[in-house]
Amino acid sequence: MALFEPHNISRIDRSPGWIERIPGPYWALAILLLIMPSLASDFVLFQIFGWSFILGMIALSLMFLAGYGGMVSVAQMSVAGIAGYMVAIFGESAIDQISMGWPWFVAIPLGILIAAILATCVGWLAVRTEGIYTIMITLAIAAAFFYFCRQNYTVFNGFSGFNGVLPPELFGVDWRTAVPFYYLCLFWAALYFLVVLYVSRSPFGLALQGVRDNPRRMAALGYNVTAHRVAAYTAASIPAATGGILLTWQSAQISPGTISIGPAIDILVVAIVGGLRHPIGPFIGAFVYVLLKTFAVDFLTSLGLSGERFQLIIGLGFLVIVFWSPDGVLGLWEKFRNWQKRDPLRGQEGGIE
Amino acid sequence: MRRFASRHPWWSAIIVVVAFILLWMMFAVWPEWLSDLIGSKKLFLNALFNGITLGGLYFLVASGFTLIFGLMRNVNLAHGSLYLLGGYVGYFVASWTGYWLLAFPAAFIVMALLGLLFQYFVFRRMEGEDLRQTLVTIGISIVVADLMLWSFGGDFYNINPPEWLSGPMDTFFITAVKSSGDYVFLRYPMVRVVIFAASVVIGLAMWIALNRTRIGMLIRAGVDDRDMLSATGVRIQLVFLGVFAFGAGLAGAAGVVGGTFQSLAPGEDTRFLLASLVVVIVGGMGSIPGTAIGALLVGVAEQFGSVYFPTYAVVLTFLIMVAVLAFRPQGIMGRS
Repeated sequence: MALFEPHNISRIDRSPGWIERIPGPYWALAILLLIMPSLASDFVLFQIFGWSFILGMIALSLMFLAGYGGMVSVAQMSVAGIAGYMVAIFGESAIDQISMGWPWFVAIPLGILIAAILATCVGWLAVRTEGIYTIMITLAIAAAFFYFCRQNYTVFNGFSGFNGVLPPELFGVDWRTAVPFYYLCLFWAALYFLVVLYVSRSPFGLALQGVRDNPRRMAALGYNVTAHRVAAYTAASIPAATGGILLTWQSAQISPGTISIGPAIDILVVAIVGGLRHPIGPFIGAFVYVLLKTFAVDFLTSLGLSGERFQLIIGLGFLVIVFWSPDGVLGLWEKFRNWQKRDPLRGQEGGIE
Repeated sequence: MRRFASRHPWWSAIIVVVAFILLWMMFAVWPEWLSDLIGSKKLFLNALFNGITLGGLYFLVASGFTLIFGLMRNVNLAHGSLYLLGGYVGYFVASWTGYWLLAFPAAFIVMALLGLLFQYFVFRRMEGEDLRQTLVTIGISIVVADLMLWSFGGDFYNINPPEWLSGPMDTFFITAVKSSGDYVFLRYPMVRVVIFAASVVIGLAMWIALNRTRIGMLIRAGVDDRDMLSATGVRIQLVFLGVFAFGAGLAGAAGVVGGTFQSLAPGEDTRFLLASLVVVIVGGMGSIPGTAIGALLVGVAEQFGSVYFPTYAVVLTFLIMVAVLAFRPQGIMGRS
C-alpha cells in the first residue's frame, strides 16, 4: 500500500483543476451568454436567443439519439408537443372548458412524465427497425400524432389548439418578459448540454455508443441492446419535453401547426446543420436556423424576391450543407481546422516538426 | 399460396372467412338489421370501391418507391415531389393539347428524365449512405415544394377526364330492393374503374417483367448481390438508371391519376410520400405483391375510416402500420 501512495498523490497534484481544464473560449462564451441581456435588445433576447435555446434543446434530444445511439428519430418534435399540450391541458390556458387549471408544480412534471412515457412507446416501436426505417416510422408516427391532435376536439381542442398558455409567476417575476425568459431558456439549455456531455461519458452513454457501433458484439458482452435503445428514447424525451413547454410559453399557444410535419423536419434540419457529433451542434444549428428564419424575409426583399421564399433559402442551405459536409457546421469547422494545420508545402498534416 | 396455407393454417382460415364475409356483403341484398347497424349498403359499397381504387393510386406511387428502394437501397424521400410535379406537368399538357391520355406519357417522360438526373447527380455519389440520401432528398423535397408553390401557387388543380370517361357507369352490384321488387344497382364513376384496371395491369406487367424477363432477372440479381452481378459483366449502373427512371416516371404518371381522382395542391406531396411510406412499411420493402396488399389495405382503411369514423380516419392508417410493425417488423411480404 505504502508503495503506491506517493505515486497517487503526485498524479493528483499534476492533474489540473476543473476550472483550468475547460478551455478559454468556453469561458468566454459562457460569460458572453451571461451578460447578453446588457448587450442585446429585448427582441433579440426573446425571439432569437430564446427560440434558439428552445429549438436547440429539442434538437439536442435528436442529437443524443442520432449521435450516440445511431437512431434518427423525426418524432422528437411530437414529444416536445405532447409536453406542451399537457401543460396547456393540465395547467391554465384561455380554453377554460378543457384546461384543468392545476398548479404548475403538478402540471409541468406531469407533462414531462407523459411525454417520457409516450416517447418510450415510440422508442419501443421504432427500435424494432434500423437505419432508414427508423426515420420513416418516426416520420409516420409524427404525422399520425399531428392528424390526431388536429381532429381531436375533446382533449386537444382540434385545429385551433390552446392559446393563453402562460408560465407561472414564480418569485414575483413575469417569466415571459425578455430577460427572465432568456435566463430561463439559457439555464435549461446549459443544464441539458452539460447533462448530455456527462451522460455521453457515463457507463450508459458509452454502452449506447457501443450499441450504435456494433450491436451484436454488445449483445454478446451481455448488454441488453433493445433496452439501451428504448432507454435512450426515454432519456432524450426529457430535454425535448422541456423545450416543448418553453416553446409553448414563448408563443403562449400550442396548436397542431406547432407539431406538424414541417416543424418535425425542421428539427432534423437544425440538428444536421449543426452537427451530430457534439452536443454543441444542435445549438449552433438552431442559432443559424433562427437567424435565417428571422432575417431571410428582409434578405429576400432586399434581393427583390418576395419574402415568402424563405423556405427555399432554408432548403437550399440545408441541401448545400448535407451535400458537402455530412457532419454539418461542426464538420466544416473541423475541415477548416485540418486545413489550417496542414503544411502548405508538403500537403500533409502536422506541419514542420 | 398452398405453402402459406399449410404453414399458417389459422391465418389462412381467418383470411378466407374475411374474404367470404366481404363477398357476401358485396353481393347479397342486405337484411334490415345490418343496414340499421352500419348504414346503407350503398354507403358501404362506395366506401369499399373508393378504398380499392384509392389503393390502386397508392400502389402506383408506392411501387416506384419500393422498386427504387428494393433494388438500389436508395431512399428517395423526394418521391412525393415527383408525384406532385408529375401531376402539374400532366395538368398543363392535358389543358394545352386537350388530350387527357397524352398527360400520362408526358408526365412519365418528364419525371423519368428528372429521375435520371437525381440518380446521376445525387444518388450515384452517395451509394450506401442511407442517412445522407435521406437528408439530401428531404432537402430536395423542401426546395422543390417551394419552387412548385412559387410557380403554381396554392390553388387546387383538377385534371378533367375526357367525355367518354366522365360520369357514372352501371355496375351489377345491388344496393337495395325497391318496394316494387325492382333491384337498384350501384352506379360508380367510370374513370375510377378504368384507372384501377390500368393500375392492376401495370402491377401485373411489373410483376411479370420482374419475374419472367431477362431485365427482371438482372434486377432481382442486383437486389441480392450487386457486386457479384457487376463482376459478371453486367453494367449495373445502367440498370440502376433505368429502374430509377421507371420508378420516378411511375410517380409522375400517378400524379396525373391523382389529379384526376382528387386534386393537386401544395401539401399533396407530403401526403403521398407518407402514404407510400406507410404502404411500403406495411407491405414490406422491395416487394411488388407486398406493395399491392399494403396499398389496398391502406386505401380501404382510409375510406372506411372516413365513412364510419370520420374524425380519426387518418389515424386508422397509422394504427395498421403500428400493428404490422409490432407483429411483423419486416412488413407483410417482406423478407426478414
